[in-house]
Amino acid sequence: MVKGVRFSDYRDVGHPVGTAKVYDAQGADELLFLDITATAEKRRTLFELVSRTADECFMPLTVGGGVRTLEDVRALLLAGADKVSFNTQAVADPAVLRDAAERFGSQAIVVSIDVKDGQVWTHGGRQPAGLQPVAWARRAVELGAGEIIVTAIDRDGTRSGYDIALVQSVADAVPVPVIASGGVGRLDDLVAGVRDGHASAVSAASIFHFTDQSVVKARAYMRQAGLEMRIA
Amino acid sequence: MIAVVDYGMGNLRSVAKALEAIGEEPLATRDPADLRAASHIVLPGVGAFSQCVANLRATGLVDVLDEEVRQRKKPFLGICLGMQLLANESEEGGRHEGLGWLAASVRRLHDDGGLKVPHIGWNDVRAEPGSPLFKGVRDPVFYFVHSYYVDCADPRLVSATCDYGVTFPAAIVADNIWAVQFHPEKSQANGLRFLQNFLSWS
Repeated sequence: MVKGVRFSDYRDVGHPVGTAKVYDAQGADELLFLDITATAEKRRTLFELVSRTADECFMPLTVGGGVRTLEDVRALLLAGADKVSFNTQAVADPAVLRDAAERFGSQAIVVSIDVKDGQVWTHGGRQPAGLQPVAWARRAVELGAGEIIVTAIDRDGTRSGYDIALVQSVADAVPVPVIASGGVGRLDDLVAGVRDGHASAVSAASIFHFTDQSVVKARAYMRQAGLEMRIA
Repeated sequence: MIAVVDYGMGNLRSVAKALEAIGEEPLATRDPADLRAASHIVLPGVGAFSQCVANLRATGLVDVLDEEVRQRKKPFLGICLGMQLLANESEEGGRHEGLGWLAASVRRLHDDGGLKVPHIGWNDVRAEPGSPLFKGVRDPVFYFVHSYYVDCADPRLVSATCDYGVTFPAAIVADNIWAVQFHPEKSQANGLRFLQNFLSWS
C-alpha cells in the first residue's frame, strides 16, 4: 500500500489488509481503497485484497481504481465491497453509471472526482477531462451515482487542509452524500470539511499513516467540536 | 447449519464471513435441500429491488422459503434488500411486487429538507429496552446504506426504528421472521453481536 503527494511520489505505507485491521479496531466508520495504478492484471490483485480485507474487517468498504464494466462492479461487490467507485471510465462513458445504478442500486455506485485548477482530471490526475467539477457531479448523480468523493489533487498528501470551497461547491450542488478527500494535516481540517465544506463524510490518509493522530483521536476531536459522531 | 440464500445478488460473502467470525458454519446455497436442512435461513441483499426479486424468483426458491419460513416457522433473517423483498411492493424503479410476507410497502427516503439520499453511514437505532435484538449492545449504532425503506402497515411488528428525515423501521420482527434495514455484517462489534442474538433466539 502506498500514499503519495499530489498523486505522485508514492511512499510505501505497509500492507493494506493489516492496516485495514488497525483502522477497523480503532473504529473507522468506513474504508476507502483506491487502486491508483489499476491495470487489468493488477485488478485481480485488487479483488483478492478486497476479499481478504472483507473477510476480516466487518465494516463498510468502498473500492475504486480501474473500474470499467458492470462485471467489475459485480466482482468487487461479491468480494465484499459495499460500494464501488468509478472515475475515468465514468467520464469516458457516463452511461455506465446509469447501467450500474439500475443493476446494483445507486447506493452502491460512487463517483470519484479528482480536481485541479477548477477542472476535472482523469487517469490518476494525468489528463484534463474538460469538465467542471460541479457540473460533472450533477450529471453523475442524475445518471445514478449515489455518492461523490471529491479530491483536490494539489492538496493530496500535503497536509495543508481540504480545498473547502471545492468541497462545498459540490456538496451544495448534489442531493447525495459527498466525501471530502485530499489534504488533511490537522484534526481541525476534518471538522472544517463537515462544518464549512458541508461534506457528509471526511476521509484522510497521510495524517493516519504518517503522524501519531489516530482514528480514535479524530473521532474524539470531531465530537468535541460539536459534530455528531457515533460512539465506536 | 445456517443457509445464506445465494441468488446472485449482493454481499453474500460478507454475511457468510461475519457468521464464521462468530463461530458458525454458514453455507451459501441455492439448493432447496439445504434450505430444508438448515436451522436458520439468512437472506442478504444489495442491489436494485426489481433485479433482486427477479433473481430470487428465477432460483425457484420462493416456494421453499415460503414452506420453511412461513409454514414451518424456521428462524429467518432478511438484511437490507432482503428485508425490503418481504414487502408487498416497492416503488424503486417503477412499481414491483415483493414476496408479500409483510403488510408493507417500500418507499423512497425523502431528500427534501437538505437530507442526502442515499442514507449512508452509522445511525442510532431505537428499540424497546430489553429487546432481544440488541441484547449486549450498549450503544445500538449500526451501518446503513439505502435509498428506500419499508413502510410497515402494522406498527406492532416494528421492533426498532431509525430517524432519517422520516422515522422508519430499522428492524421488524414478525414471529420467526427478523428483518433489518441496517447491515449487521458491516457494523463491526455491534453487528456481530446482533447476529449472535438472532442465532440464539428462538
